Amino acid sequence: MDQYIDIKVRVWRQAGPKAQGHFETYELKHVFQGASFLEMIDILNEQLVAEHKDPVTYDHDCREGICGMCSMYVNGHPHGPDSAITTCQLHMRKFKDGETITVEPWRSRAFPVIKDLMVDRGAYDKIMQAGGFVSVNTGGVPDANAIPIPKPVADEAMDAASCIGCGACAAACKNGSAMLFVAAKVSQLALLPQGKIEAAARAKAMVAKMDELGFGNCTNTGACAAECPKSVSLANIARLNREFLAAKFKD
Amino acid sequence: MWLKDSSIGRKFVMALSGAALVFFLLFHGCMNLALVFSEEAYNAICRFLGANWYAVIGSLGIAFLVLVHFCYGLYLTVQNRAARGNDRYAVTDKKPGVTWESENMLVLGFVILGFICLHLYNFWYKMQFAELTGIETGAFDPQNGAAYVKALFTEPVWGQVYCVLYLLWLVVLWLHLNHGVGSAMTSMGLNNLKWQKRVEVISTVVATLVVAPFTAVVLYYLGMGIGMLCAA
Repeated sequence: MDQYIDIKVRVWRQAGPKAQGHFETYELKHVFQGASFLEMIDILNEQLVAEHKDPVTYDHDCREGICGMCSMYVNGHPHGPDSAITTCQLHMRKFKDGETITVEPWRSRAFPVIKDLMVDRGAYDKIMQAGGFVSVNTGGVPDANAIPIPKPVADEAMDAASCIGCGACAAACKNGSAMLFVAAKVSQLALLPQGKIEAAARAKAMVAKMDELGFGNCTNTGACAAECPKSVSLANIARLNREFLAAKFKD
Repeated sequence: MWLKDSSIGRKFVMALSGAALVFFLLFHGCMNLALVFSEEAYNAICRFLGANWYAVIGSLGIAFLVLVHFCYGLYLTVQNRAARGNDRYAVTDKKPGVTWESENMLVLGFVILGFICLHLYNFWYKMQFAELTGIETGAFDPQNGAAYVKALFTEPVWGQVYCVLYLLWLVVLWLHLNHGVGSAMTSMGLNNLKWQKRVEVISTVVATLVVAPFTAVVLYYLGMGIGMLCAA
């Protein structure tokens, strides 16, 4: 049964991109375990506002696990200690009475902190703009029998497409590598007939942009897939390597 | 040049040089295994390789591969640390399925490199180097490799210390390869959904196959050395 718990929240406070950040610990009493993690942060912010203090800035939008905005590093895990969920899907029943919860922003050179827990993830958008698309308008949904696609292939493309671009992969990676994200975005198109035509150019353009933006080199530790809220598979990274190498050897 | 300027290119070089070194180690290990069966057979291999032109070219090739693997490893690590940014996480927790060795490949690499230096001094300096330069660096004939191995590993007390040190080195090498082989395959694009688990198994099997013959030789001489100690 869910209980009411007293907790301490240790939050990263940083006034601006250039400011020196630090941890601040707040006490929260009587938090219902049925509350979501973001609701807990809202309760904290109401308390801060009542005390005439600056509330904690954080990103959030859909609160149902599909937008990928709620980027928080909770107790050493992106999106918290539970697996295959985003922070907004995390509940307070995952925490114990009297626990101190440490909340940090993504820490990666390519994701600079804007304020407190909010980071600039524009780098992922720039990678998408570099090649994460098909150049022709594909029109409305064609009949399924017009372009037959084997079910396992369609499934794999769909699983790759489940990536919400939240940045947890780069945040979890000890190398600050964005490979899982780029691999998912290359795979979701490279697997399908419409995306195959531009596959080589896409892989080259997106990897070049990823390197340019200062993401690290993948060493296949697997931390990204372990922390991915959508459980995007490491197999996509192998596919990206294959696509990229094939494209370079063809040159 | 994309092999230097792109992240996947750099990983490809790392994978290729690593894979080549694995093949060298398999070759090296098989030759060493001859020691357990016959010292004459091992010395015949020593004579066959020795300071012949193909062995010298091979040695230079291996030295080059080690250099490439080391420089790229260092370069990748420097870049990766920079990519993490200036602020580190205050709290980090173990991530499920992430092995310790995969996160400490550079450290393991340094340990392996340090031991390579000791190993080159122990054997290469007294064998191929002595034969090439004509300088007498050891107590035995440069082509009498078996005598050098036996002397190092069975000498009372110090021989046993060397055996333990070499075994430790082999453990570190196994850890490095247990992640390295699978990682190299993924970096070269040789992995997919179906093969993920298999690649992990292949990695462990290859690491064990590489380390096994070396371990057998060291254990053989460790047993012989302890036997000599007890008899004395």
